[in-house]
Amino acid sequence: MTAGEFFQALLFQPEMAFLRNALWMAALSSVAVGVVGTMVVTRRIASLGGAISHVALGGVGAALFLQRVCAFYWCSATLGAVAGALFAALLVGIVSMYAKEREDTIINAVWALGMSVGLLFLDRTPGTIEWQSYLFGSILLLTEADLWMVTVLDVVVLVPTLLFYNNLLAMSFDGTFAELRGVKVRLIYPALLALTALTIVLLINVVGIILVIALLTLPAATAGCYTRHLWSMMLLSGILNWIFVTAGLLASFWLRVSSGPAIVVLAGSAYIISLALSARLGKRN
Amino acid sequence: MTGGAAPIIEIRDLSFSYEPGAPILTHVNLTLEAGKSGCIVGPNGGGKSTLLRLLLGLLTPSSGTIRIFGETPVAARSRIGYMPQYHQLDAAFPVTVLEVALMGRLRRGFWGRYTRRDREAAVAALSEVGVQSLANSSFAALSGGQRQRVLIARALACEPDLLLLDEPTANIDPGAEEQFYGTLNCLRKRMTVLTVSHDLGFVNKEIDLVICVNRNLTVHQAAHFDAATADAVYHHEVNLIRHDHSCFCNCAQHEGEEERARREEKGTRR
Repeated sequence: MTAGEFFQALLFQPEMAFLRNALWMAALSSVAVGVVGTMVVTRRIASLGGAISHVALGGVGAALFLQRVCAFYWCSATLGAVAGALFAALLVGIVSMYAKEREDTIINAVWALGMSVGLLFLDRTPGTIEWQSYLFGSILLLTEADLWMVTVLDVVVLVPTLLFYNNLLAMSFDGTFAELRGVKVRLIYPALLALTALTIVLLINVVGIILVIALLTLPAATAGCYTRHLWSMMLLSGILNWIFVTAGLLASFWLRVSSGPAIVVLAGSAYIISLALSARLGKRN
Repeated sequence: MTGGAAPIIEIRDLSFSYEPGAPILTHVNLTLEAGKSGCIVGPNGGGKSTLLRLLLGLLTPSSGTIRIFGETPVAARSRIGYMPQYHQLDAAFPVTVLEVALMGRLRRGFWGRYTRRDREAAVAALSEVGVQSLANSSFAALSGGQRQRVLIARALACEPDLLLLDEPTANIDPGAEEQFYGTLNCLRKRMTVLTVSHDLGFVNKEIDLVICVNRNLTVHQAAHFDAATADAVYHHEVNLIRHDHSCFCNCAQHEGEEERARREEKGTRR
Protein backbone atom coordinates (compact mmCIF):
# COMPACT_ATOMS: atom_id res chain seq x y z
CA MET A 1 0.00 0.00 0.00
CA THR A 2 1.19 3.54 -0.60
CA ALA A 3 1.73 6.07 2.14
CA GLY A 4 -1.48 7.87 1.19
CA GLU A 5 -3.55 4.72 1.37
CA PHE A 6 -1.92 3.81 4.64
CA PHE A 7 -2.79 7.10 6.32
CA GLN A 8 -6.34 6.96 5.00
CA ALA A 9 -6.70 3.47 6.42
CA LEU A 10 -5.12 4.59 9.67
CA LEU A 11 -7.63 7.38 10.12
CA PHE A 12 -10.83 5.65 9.09
CA GLN A 13 -10.71 1.86 9.09
CA PRO A 14 -12.19 0.22 12.20
CA GLU A 15 -9.65 -2.60 12.03
CA MET A 16 -6.88 -0.02 12.43
CA ALA A 17 -8.19 1.05 15.86
CA PHE A 18 -5.26 -0.74 17.53
CA LEU A 19 -2.76 1.48 15.74
CA ARG A 20 -4.79 4.63 16.41
CA ASN A 21 -4.83 3.78 20.11
CA ALA A 22 -1.12 3.14 20.02
CA LEU A 23 -0.46 6.52 18.41
CA TRP A 24 -2.68 8.26 20.96
CA MET A 25 -0.68 6.48 23.63
CA ALA A 26 2.55 7.78 22.10
CA ALA A 27 1.29 11.35 22.36
CA LEU A 28 -0.35 11.13 25.77
CA SER A 29 2.46 9.26 27.50
CA SER A 30 4.95 11.91 26.36
CA VAL A 31 3.80 14.36 29.03
CA ALA A 32 4.52 12.04 31.96
CA VAL A 33 7.63 10.59 30.36
CA GLY A 34 9.09 14.03 29.59
CA VAL A 35 8.74 15.24 33.16
CA VAL A 36 9.55 12.04 35.04
CA GLY A 37 12.31 10.95 32.64
CA THR A 38 14.05 14.30 33.11
CA MET A 39 13.89 13.95 36.88
CA VAL A 40 15.20 10.38 36.72
CA VAL A 41 18.13 11.45 34.53
CA THR A 42 19.08 14.59 36.47
CA ARG A 43 18.73 12.91 39.87
CA ARG A 44 20.60 9.88 38.52
CA ILE A 45 18.13 7.34 39.79
CA ALA A 46 17.84 5.22 36.63
CA SER A 47 18.96 2.12 38.51
CA LEU A 48 16.16 2.72 41.01
CA GLY A 49 13.79 2.83 38.05
CA GLY A 50 15.17 -0.47 36.77
CA ALA A 51 14.52 -2.11 40.13
CA ILE A 52 10.99 -0.64 40.23
CA SER A 53 10.11 -1.99 36.78
CA HIS A 54 11.28 -5.50 37.61
CA VAL A 55 9.41 -5.58 40.92
CA ALA A 56 6.36 -4.55 38.90
CA LEU A 57 6.68 -7.92 37.16
CA GLY A 58 6.68 -9.54 40.61
CA GLY A 59 3.41 -7.68 41.24
CA VAL A 60 1.94 -8.91 37.96
CA GLY A 61 2.86 -12.52 38.80
CA ALA A 62 1.41 -12.30 42.30
CA ALA A 63 -1.79 -10.65 41.04
CA LEU A 64 -2.42 -13.26 38.33
CA PHE A 65 -1.70 -16.03 40.82
CA LEU A 66 -4.18 -14.57 43.32
CA GLN A 67 -6.74 -14.07 40.58
CA ARG A 68 -6.61 -17.55 39.11
CA VAL A 69 -5.57 -19.75 42.03
CA CYS A 70 -7.09 -17.96 45.02
CA ALA A 71 -10.11 -16.68 43.07
CA PHE A 72 -9.60 -13.00 43.90
CA TYR A 73 -11.16 -11.94 40.61
CA TRP A 74 -10.65 -8.23 41.21
CA CYS A 75 -6.91 -8.77 41.27
CA SER A 76 -5.89 -7.70 37.78
CA ALA A 77 -2.41 -7.64 36.27
CA THR A 78 -2.44 -3.83 36.13
CA LEU A 79 -3.35 -3.61 39.81
CA GLY A 80 -0.51 -6.01 40.58
CA ALA A 81 1.96 -3.97 38.54
CA VAL A 82 0.93 -0.72 40.24
CA ALA A 83 1.12 -2.30 43.72
CA GLY A 84 4.48 -3.93 42.97
CA ALA A 85 5.94 -0.74 41.52
CA LEU A 86 4.77 1.44 44.43
CA PHE A 87 6.07 -1.09 46.95
CA ALA A 88 9.42 -1.12 45.15
CA ALA A 89 9.50 2.70 45.06
CA LEU A 90 9.02 2.78 48.83
CA LEU A 91 11.72 0.17 49.33
CA VAL A 92 14.37 1.71 47.08
CA GLY A 93 13.51 5.15 48.45
CA ILE A 94 14.28 4.01 51.99
CA VAL A 95 17.43 2.25 50.78
CA SER A 96 18.73 5.28 48.86
CA MET A 97 18.03 7.67 51.74
CA TYR A 98 19.40 5.59 54.60
CA ALA A 99 21.74 2.89 53.30
CA LYS A 100 25.15 4.50 53.51
CA GLU A 101 26.99 1.65 51.90
CA ARG A 102 26.09 -1.06 49.44
CA GLU A 103 23.20 0.98 48.05
CA ASP A 104 23.85 -0.39 44.56
CA THR A 105 24.02 -3.97 45.82
CA ILE A 106 20.71 -3.67 47.66
CA ILE A 107 19.03 -2.05 44.65
CA ASN A 108 20.30 -4.86 42.42
CA ALA A 109 19.03 -7.46 44.88
CA VAL A 110 15.56 -5.85 44.86
CA TRP A 111 15.72 -5.76 41.05
CA ALA A 112 16.53 -9.49 40.67
CA LEU A 113 14.23 -10.63 43.49
CA GLY A 114 11.24 -8.78 42.03
CA MET A 115 11.69 -10.35 38.63
CA SER A 116 12.31 -13.85 40.03
CA VAL A 117 9.31 -13.79 42.35
CA GLY A 118 7.15 -12.74 39.40
CA LEU A 119 8.39 -15.57 37.21
CA LEU A 120 7.90 -18.14 39.99
CA PHE A 121 4.31 -17.00 40.53
CA LEU A 122 3.68 -17.22 36.79
CA ASP A 123 5.07 -20.80 36.79
CA ARG A 124 2.40 -21.84 39.31
CA THR A 125 -0.44 -19.91 37.67
CA PRO A 126 -2.70 -22.00 35.44
CA GLY A 127 -3.93 -20.85 32.04
CA THR A 128 -2.05 -19.12 29.27
CA ILE A 129 -0.18 -16.00 30.23
CA GLU A 130 1.08 -13.45 27.74
CA TRP A 131 4.25 -13.00 29.73
CA GLN A 132 6.04 -11.81 26.63
CA SER A 133 3.77 -8.80 26.50
CA TYR A 134 5.02 -7.77 29.95
CA LEU A 135 8.63 -8.25 28.99
CA PHE A 136 8.45 -6.65 25.54
CA GLY A 137 5.36 -4.47 25.66
CA SER A 138 1.91 -4.68 24.14
CA ILE A 139 1.25 -1.25 22.74
CA LEU A 140 -0.84 -2.75 19.97
CA LEU A 141 -3.24 -4.30 22.50
CA LEU A 142 -4.21 -1.04 24.21
CA THR A 143 -7.80 -0.20 25.09
CA GLU A 144 -9.48 3.15 25.56
CA ALA A 145 -9.35 2.59 29.32
CA ASP A 146 -5.56 2.56 29.10
CA LEU A 147 -5.64 5.92 27.35
CA TRP A 148 -7.81 7.40 30.09
CA MET A 149 -5.43 6.13 32.74
CA VAL A 150 -2.51 7.80 30.98
CA THR A 151 -4.41 11.07 30.83
CA VAL A 152 -5.03 10.95 34.57
CA LEU A 153 -1.36 10.19 35.19
CA ASP A 154 -0.35 13.17 33.02
CA VAL A 155 -2.44 15.47 35.19
CA VAL A 156 -1.07 13.94 38.40
CA VAL A 157 2.50 14.46 37.17
CA LEU A 158 2.10 17.86 35.52
CA VAL A 159 0.12 19.82 38.10
CA PRO A 160 2.56 19.44 41.04
CA THR A 161 5.51 19.99 38.71
CA LEU A 162 4.11 23.33 37.58
CA LEU A 163 3.10 24.36 41.11
CA PHE A 164 6.33 23.41 42.86
CA TYR A 165 8.79 23.88 40.00
CA ASN A 166 11.27 26.03 41.97
CA ASN A 167 11.36 23.61 44.88
CA LEU A 168 11.76 20.68 42.51
CA LEU A 169 14.60 22.40 40.67
CA ALA A 170 16.42 23.28 43.90
CA MET A 171 16.00 19.76 45.26
CA SER A 172 17.30 18.06 42.15
CA PHE A 173 20.26 20.41 41.79
CA ASP A 174 21.39 20.38 45.42
CA GLY A 175 19.24 18.43 47.88
CA THR A 176 21.24 19.52 50.92
CA PHE A 177 20.96 23.23 50.15
CA ALA A 178 17.25 22.88 49.36
CA GLU A 179 16.70 21.18 52.70
CA LEU A 180 18.57 23.99 54.46
CA ARG A 181 16.25 26.50 52.77
CA GLY A 182 13.22 24.67 54.13
CA VAL A 183 12.23 22.64 51.05
CA LYS A 184 10.54 19.45 52.22
CA VAL A 185 13.02 17.16 50.49
CA ARG A 186 11.97 14.20 52.59
CA LEU A 187 8.42 14.56 51.26
CA ILE A 188 9.17 15.47 47.65
CA TYR A 189 11.68 12.70 47.02
CA PRO A 190 9.34 9.80 47.93
CA ALA A 191 6.55 11.50 45.95
CA LEU A 192 8.89 11.69 42.96
CA LEU A 193 9.68 7.98 43.30
CA ALA A 194 5.99 7.13 43.47
CA LEU A 195 5.31 9.10 40.28
CA THR A 196 8.30 7.38 38.68
CA ALA A 197 6.78 4.02 39.63
CA LEU A 198 3.42 4.91 38.05
CA THR A 199 5.08 6.20 34.89
CA ILE A 200 7.08 2.99 34.63
CA VAL A 201 3.92 0.88 34.88
CA LEU A 202 2.44 2.96 32.10
CA LEU A 203 5.52 2.53 29.91
CA ILE A 204 5.56 -1.23 30.47
CA ASN A 205 2.53 -1.24 28.15
CA VAL A 206 4.52 0.58 25.51
CA VAL A 207 7.89 -1.17 25.42
CA GLY A 208 7.82 -3.79 28.18
CA ILE A 209 9.86 -4.25 31.34
CA ILE A 210 13.16 -4.95 29.62
CA LEU A 211 13.22 -1.68 27.69
CA VAL A 212 11.23 0.60 29.96
CA ILE A 213 14.23 2.31 31.55
CA ALA A 214 15.71 2.96 28.12
CA LEU A 215 12.54 4.69 26.99
CA LEU A 216 12.26 6.65 30.23
CA THR A 217 15.84 7.95 30.15
CA LEU A 218 16.99 8.17 26.51
CA PRO A 219 14.71 11.04 25.38
CA ALA A 220 15.60 13.01 28.53
CA ALA A 221 19.31 12.33 28.17
CA THR A 222 19.12 13.42 24.51
CA ALA A 223 17.23 16.58 25.49
CA GLY A 224 19.90 17.27 28.11
CA CYS A 225 22.44 17.74 25.32
CA TYR A 226 20.54 20.73 23.93
CA THR A 227 18.94 22.51 26.89
CA ARG A 228 20.06 24.64 29.82
CA HIS A 229 16.91 24.76 31.92
CA LEU A 230 15.18 21.91 33.69
CA TRP A 231 11.83 22.95 32.22
CA SER A 232 13.11 23.07 28.67
CA MET A 233 14.71 19.66 29.15
CA MET A 234 11.32 18.31 30.26
CA LEU A 235 9.58 19.89 27.29
CA LEU A 236 12.09 18.72 24.70
CA SER A 237 12.28 15.25 26.18
CA GLY A 238 8.47 14.96 25.98
CA ILE A 239 8.53 16.02 22.32
CA LEU A 240 11.40 13.64 21.52
CA ASN A 241 9.60 10.80 23.27
CA TRP A 242 6.53 11.45 21.15
CA ILE A 243 8.60 11.43 17.97
CA PHE A 244 10.52 8.27 18.88
CA VAL A 245 7.45 6.26 19.88
CA THR A 246 5.42 7.39 16.89
CA ALA A 247 8.20 6.83 14.39
CA GLY A 248 9.10 3.51 16.00
CA LEU A 249 5.50 2.32 15.82
CA LEU A 250 5.09 3.28 12.18
CA ALA A 251 8.44 1.76 11.29
CA SER A 252 7.57 -1.49 13.05
CA PHE A 253 4.25 -1.63 11.24
CA TRP A 254 5.87 -0.93 7.91
CA LEU A 255 8.86 -3.23 8.34
CA ARG A 256 6.97 -5.93 10.28
CA VAL A 257 9.30 -5.92 13.28
CA SER A 258 8.59 -5.61 17.02
CA SER A 259 7.61 -2.11 18.08
CA GLY A 260 9.45 -1.90 21.45
CA PRO A 261 12.94 -2.56 20.08
CA ALA A 262 12.24 -0.32 17.06
CA ILE A 263 11.35 2.57 19.38
CA VAL A 264 14.40 2.05 21.59
CA VAL A 265 16.78 1.76 18.62
CA LEU A 266 15.56 5.17 17.42
CA ALA A 267 15.84 6.76 20.86
CA GLY A 268 19.25 5.21 21.54
CA SER A 269 20.70 6.28 18.18
CA ALA A 270 19.46 9.83 18.70
CA TYR A 271 21.16 9.90 22.09
CA ILE A 272 24.49 8.59 20.81
CA ILE A 273 24.46 11.08 17.93
CA SER A 274 23.60 13.96 20.27
CA LEU A 275 26.37 12.99 22.64
CA ALA A 276 28.86 12.92 19.79
CA LEU A 277 27.62 16.30 18.53
CA SER A 278 27.78 17.99 21.92
CA ALA A 279 31.23 16.55 22.56
CA ARG A 280 32.32 18.05 19.23
CA LEU A 281 30.71 21.43 19.64
CA GLY A 282 31.17 21.76 23.38
CA LYS A 283 28.33 22.84 25.63
CA ARG A 284 27.19 26.21 24.45
CA ASN A 285 26.85 29.07 26.90
CA MET B 1 24.05 42.56 63.36
CA THR B 2 21.14 40.97 65.19
CA GLY B 3 21.21 38.27 67.84
CA GLY B 4 21.53 40.49 70.93
CA ALA B 5 23.86 39.20 73.58
CA ALA B 6 23.92 35.62 72.31
CA PRO B 7 27.15 34.64 70.55
CA ILE B 8 26.85 33.75 66.88
CA ILE B 9 28.01 30.22 67.56
CA GLU B 10 28.22 28.52 70.93
CA ILE B 11 29.29 24.89 71.15
CA ARG B 12 29.41 23.23 74.57
CA ASP B 13 31.12 19.93 75.26
CA LEU B 14 30.12 18.48 71.91
CA SER B 15 30.99 14.92 70.95
CA PHE B 16 30.07 13.11 67.80
CA SER B 17 30.58 9.66 66.36
CA TYR B 18 28.96 7.81 63.47
CA GLU B 19 29.41 4.51 65.29
CA PRO B 20 30.06 3.83 68.97
CA GLY B 21 33.72 3.67 69.93
CA ALA B 22 34.91 5.66 66.91
CA PRO B 23 34.60 9.31 67.92
CA ILE B 24 35.06 11.91 65.22
CA LEU B 25 34.86 14.88 67.56
CA THR B 26 35.28 14.77 71.35
CA HIS B 27 34.55 17.42 74.00
CA VAL B 28 34.54 20.32 71.59
CA ASN B 29 33.93 23.84 72.90
CA LEU B 30 33.74 26.94 70.74
CA THR B 31 32.36 30.43 71.10
CA LEU B 32 32.29 32.78 68.14
CA GLU B 33 31.19 36.28 69.08
CA ALA B 34 29.31 38.61 66.77
CA GLY B 35 31.56 40.45 64.33
CA LYS B 36 34.41 37.95 64.54
CA SER B 37 35.39 35.78 61.65
CA GLY B 38 36.99 32.38 61.83
CA CYS B 39 38.72 29.79 59.74
CA ILE B 40 38.43 26.11 60.53
CA VAL B 41 41.63 24.27 59.60
CA GLY B 42 42.88 20.76 60.18
CA PRO B 43 44.04 17.65 58.38
CA ASN B 44 41.75 15.71 56.08
CA GLY B 45 39.64 13.36 58.12
CA GLY B 46 40.13 15.42 61.26
CA GLY B 47 36.44 16.29 61.50
CA LYS B 48 36.17 19.64 59.66
CA SER B 49 33.30 18.66 57.44
CA THR B 50 31.59 16.79 60.26
CA LEU B 51 31.70 19.98 62.34
CA LEU B 52 30.22 21.90 59.42
CA ARG B 53 27.36 19.41 59.04
CA LEU B 54 26.69 19.63 62.78
CA LEU B 55 26.53 23.43 62.56
CA LEU B 56 23.99 23.15 59.75
CA GLY B 57 21.87 20.70 61.73
CA LEU B 58 22.37 17.97 59.13
CA LEU B 59 23.88 15.79 61.86
CA THR B 60 22.83 15.58 65.52
CA PRO B 61 25.51 15.64 68.24
CA SER B 62 26.03 12.42 70.18
CA SER B 63 26.31 14.62 73.27
CA GLY B 64 26.68 18.29 74.07
CA THR B 65 24.88 21.27 72.54
CA ILE B 66 25.20 23.67 69.62
CA ARG B 67 23.52 27.07 69.67
CA ILE B 68 23.56 29.41 66.70
CA PHE B 69 22.15 32.89 67.39
CA GLY B 70 20.96 31.27 70.64
CA GLU B 71 18.81 28.78 68.72
CA THR B 72 19.19 25.18 67.57
CA PRO B 73 21.00 24.82 64.22
CA VAL B 74 17.77 23.74 62.49
CA ALA B 75 15.89 26.80 63.79
CA ALA B 76 18.76 29.08 62.78
CA ARG B 77 19.03 27.78 59.20
CA SER B 78 17.16 30.67 57.63
CA ARG B 79 19.92 33.02 58.86
CA ILE B 80 22.81 30.88 57.61
CA GLY B 81 24.20 31.07 54.09
CA TYR B 82 25.96 27.85 53.13
CA MET B 83 28.35 27.26 50.24
CA PRO B 84 29.26 23.64 49.45
CA GLN B 85 32.19 22.64 47.24
CA TYR B 86 31.07 22.76 43.64
CA HIS B 87 32.29 19.28 42.77
CA GLN B 88 29.70 17.84 45.14
CA LEU B 89 27.11 18.89 42.54
CA ASP B 90 26.21 17.41 39.16
CA ALA B 91 28.37 19.21 36.60
CA ALA B 92 25.93 18.57 33.73
CA PHE B 93 22.74 19.74 35.46
CA PRO B 94 20.53 21.89 33.19
CA VAL B 95 20.34 25.14 35.13
CA THR B 96 21.47 28.72 34.55
CA VAL B 97 23.59 30.86 36.85
CA LEU B 98 20.67 33.12 37.75
CA GLU B 99 18.49 30.11 38.57
CA VAL B 100 21.18 28.82 40.94
CA ALA B 101 21.47 32.19 42.69
CA LEU B 102 17.67 32.35 43.03
CA MET B 103 17.73 29.12 45.03
CA GLY B 104 19.10 31.21 47.87
CA ARG B 105 15.73 33.00 47.90
CA LEU B 106 13.64 29.91 48.53
CA ARG B 107 11.57 30.31 51.62
CA ARG B 108 9.62 28.03 53.82
CA GLY B 109 6.57 28.78 51.72
CA PHE B 110 4.17 26.32 50.23
CA TRP B 111 4.71 27.47 46.65
CA GLY B 112 8.30 28.58 46.46
CA ARG B 113 7.50 31.36 43.93
CA TYR B 114 10.07 34.11 43.33
CA THR B 115 9.15 37.79 43.44
CA ARG B 116 10.78 40.72 41.66
CA ARG B 117 12.56 41.49 44.95
CA ASP B 118 14.01 37.97 44.92
CA ARG B 119 15.35 38.44 41.41
CA GLU B 120 16.96 41.76 42.36
CA ALA B 121 18.59 40.17 45.39
CA ALA B 122 19.91 37.28 43.30
CA VAL B 123 21.37 39.62 40.68
CA ALA B 124 22.91 41.80 43.40
CA ALA B 125 24.53 38.73 44.96
CA LEU B 126 25.96 37.74 41.57
CA SER B 127 27.41 41.24 41.08
CA GLU B 128 28.94 41.14 44.52
CA VAL B 129 31.14 38.18 43.57
CA GLY B 130 31.71 39.53 40.06
CA VAL B 131 29.79 37.05 37.92
CA GLN B 132 26.70 39.09 37.00
CA SER B 133 27.68 38.98 33.32
CA LEU B 134 27.27 35.20 33.43
CA ALA B 135 23.71 35.34 34.80
CA ASN B 136 22.16 33.70 31.74
CA SER B 137 24.96 31.24 31.12
CA SER B 138 24.58 27.57 31.74
CA PHE B 139 26.09 26.57 35.10
CA ALA B 140 27.59 23.54 33.35
CA ALA B 141 29.60 25.78 31.00
CA LEU B 142 31.49 27.60 33.78
CA SER B 143 35.00 26.99 35.06
CA GLY B 144 35.50 25.58 38.56
CA GLY B 145 36.32 28.96 40.03
CA GLN B 146 33.27 30.59 38.42
CA ARG B 147 31.00 27.84 39.74
CA GLN B 148 32.40 28.36 43.21
CA ARG B 149 31.62 32.07 42.96
CA VAL B 150 28.08 31.38 41.83
CA LEU B 151 27.61 29.13 44.86
CA ILE B 152 28.85 31.95 47.11
CA ALA B 153 26.34 34.25 45.41
CA ARG B 154 23.61 31.71 46.13
CA ALA B 155 24.60 31.74 49.81
CA LEU B 156 24.64 35.58 49.80
CA ALA B 157 21.20 35.69 48.21
CA CYS B 158 19.91 34.19 51.47
CA GLU B 159 20.91 37.54 53.06
CA PRO B 160 22.51 35.61 55.90
CA ASP B 161 23.93 36.77 59.21
CA LEU B 162 26.35 33.86 59.21
CA LEU B 163 28.14 32.67 56.08
CA LEU B 164 29.58 29.13 56.09
CA LEU B 165 32.05 28.49 53.27
CA ASP B 166 33.40 25.00 52.61
CA GLU B 167 36.86 25.20 51.00
CA PRO B 168 36.20 28.40 49.03
CA THR B 169 39.70 28.71 47.59
CA ALA B 170 40.14 25.09 46.56
CA ASN B 171 39.20 25.82 42.96
CA ILE B 172 40.00 29.48 42.45
CA ASP B 173 42.49 30.21 39.70
CA PRO B 174 45.65 31.80 41.15
CA GLY B 175 45.03 35.06 39.27
CA ALA B 176 41.59 35.52 40.75
CA GLU B 177 42.66 34.69 44.27
CA GLU B 178 43.58 38.24 45.35
CA GLN B 179 40.30 39.60 44.11
CA PHE B 180 38.51 36.80 45.84
CA TYR B 181 40.14 37.55 49.20
CA GLY B 182 39.10 41.16 48.69
CA THR B 183 35.49 40.10 48.22
CA LEU B 184 35.58 37.97 51.35
CA ASN B 185 37.12 40.77 53.38
CA CYS B 186 34.27 43.06 52.32
CA LEU B 187 31.72 40.45 53.35
CA ARG B 188 33.32 40.11 56.78
CA LYS B 189 32.38 43.71 57.52
CA ARG B 190 28.70 42.86 57.08
CA MET B 191 28.34 39.37 58.45
CA THR B 192 30.12 36.65 60.36
CA VAL B 193 32.11 34.49 57.98
CA LEU B 194 33.23 31.01 58.99
CA THR B 195 35.41 29.25 56.49
CA VAL B 196 36.58 25.67 56.29
CA SER B 197 39.92 25.35 54.60
CA HIS B 198 42.88 23.05 54.46
CA ASP B 199 44.77 25.86 52.77
CA LEU B 200 46.79 27.79 55.32
CA GLY B 201 47.25 30.58 52.82
CA PHE B 202 43.69 31.36 53.63
CA VAL B 203 44.57 32.41 57.17
CA ASN B 204 45.27 36.07 56.63
CA LYS B 205 45.15 39.15 58.76
CA GLU B 206 41.43 39.65 58.26
CA ILE B 207 40.61 36.51 60.19
CA ASP B 208 40.20 36.75 63.95
CA LEU B 209 40.18 33.13 65.01
CA VAL B 210 41.96 30.07 63.70
CA ILE B 211 40.01 27.01 64.74
CA CYS B 212 42.06 23.82 64.57
CA VAL B 213 40.00 20.68 64.32
CA ASN B 214 41.49 17.25 64.72
CA ARG B 215 39.09 15.27 66.86
CA ASN B 216 39.62 17.94 69.49
CA LEU B 217 39.31 21.61 68.77
CA THR B 218 41.69 24.38 69.68
CA VAL B 219 41.08 28.06 69.04
CA HIS B 220 43.94 30.45 68.35
CA GLN B 221 43.77 34.18 68.02
CA ALA B 222 44.79 34.75 64.44
CA ALA B 223 47.30 37.45 65.37
CA HIS B 224 49.00 35.11 67.75
CA PHE B 225 48.87 32.30 65.26
CA ASP B 226 50.53 34.51 62.66
CA ALA B 227 53.39 35.50 64.87
CA ALA B 228 54.18 31.96 65.80
CA THR B 229 53.77 30.23 62.52
CA ALA B 230 53.32 32.58 59.61
CA ASP B 231 56.92 32.42 58.45
CA ALA B 232 56.95 28.68 58.44
CA VAL B 233 53.64 28.63 56.67
CA TYR B 234 54.27 31.18 53.98
CA HIS B 235 57.84 30.29 53.20
CA HIS B 236 57.00 26.74 52.33
CA GLU B 237 54.77 25.31 49.73
CA VAL B 238 51.29 25.34 51.10
CA ASN B 239 50.67 22.05 49.42
CA LEU B 240 53.32 20.49 51.55
CA ILE B 241 51.85 21.77 54.72
CA ARG B 242 48.30 20.91 53.97
CA HIS B 243 48.43 17.28 54.78
CA ASP B 244 51.07 17.06 57.42
CA HIS B 245 50.32 20.17 59.35
CA SER B 246 48.61 17.99 61.94
CA CYS B 247 50.65 19.73 64.37
CA PHE B 248 51.40 23.24 63.52
CA CYS B 249 49.08 24.18 66.33
CA ASN B 250 49.72 21.38 68.79
CA CYS B 251 46.13 20.41 68.80
CA ALA B 252 46.41 17.05 67.23
CA GLN B 253 48.87 14.90 69.04
CA HIS B 254 46.88 11.73 69.04
CA GLU B 255 47.86 8.32 67.91
CA GLY B 256 46.04 6.51 65.17
CA GLU B 257 45.29 9.57 63.13
CA GLU B 258 45.14 7.77 59.83
CA GLU B 259 42.87 5.15 61.22
CA ARG B 260 40.46 7.78 62.44
CA ALA B 261 40.60 9.52 59.10
CA ARG B 262 39.70 6.31 57.41
CA ARG B 263 36.78 5.76 59.77
CA GLU B 264 35.36 9.16 59.18
CA GLU B 265 35.67 8.81 55.46
CA LYS B 266 33.78 5.54 55.69
CA GLY B 267 31.10 7.11 57.82
CA THR B 268 30.45 10.06 55.57
CA ARG B 269 30.59 8.28 52.26
CA ARG B 270 27.30 8.08 50.46
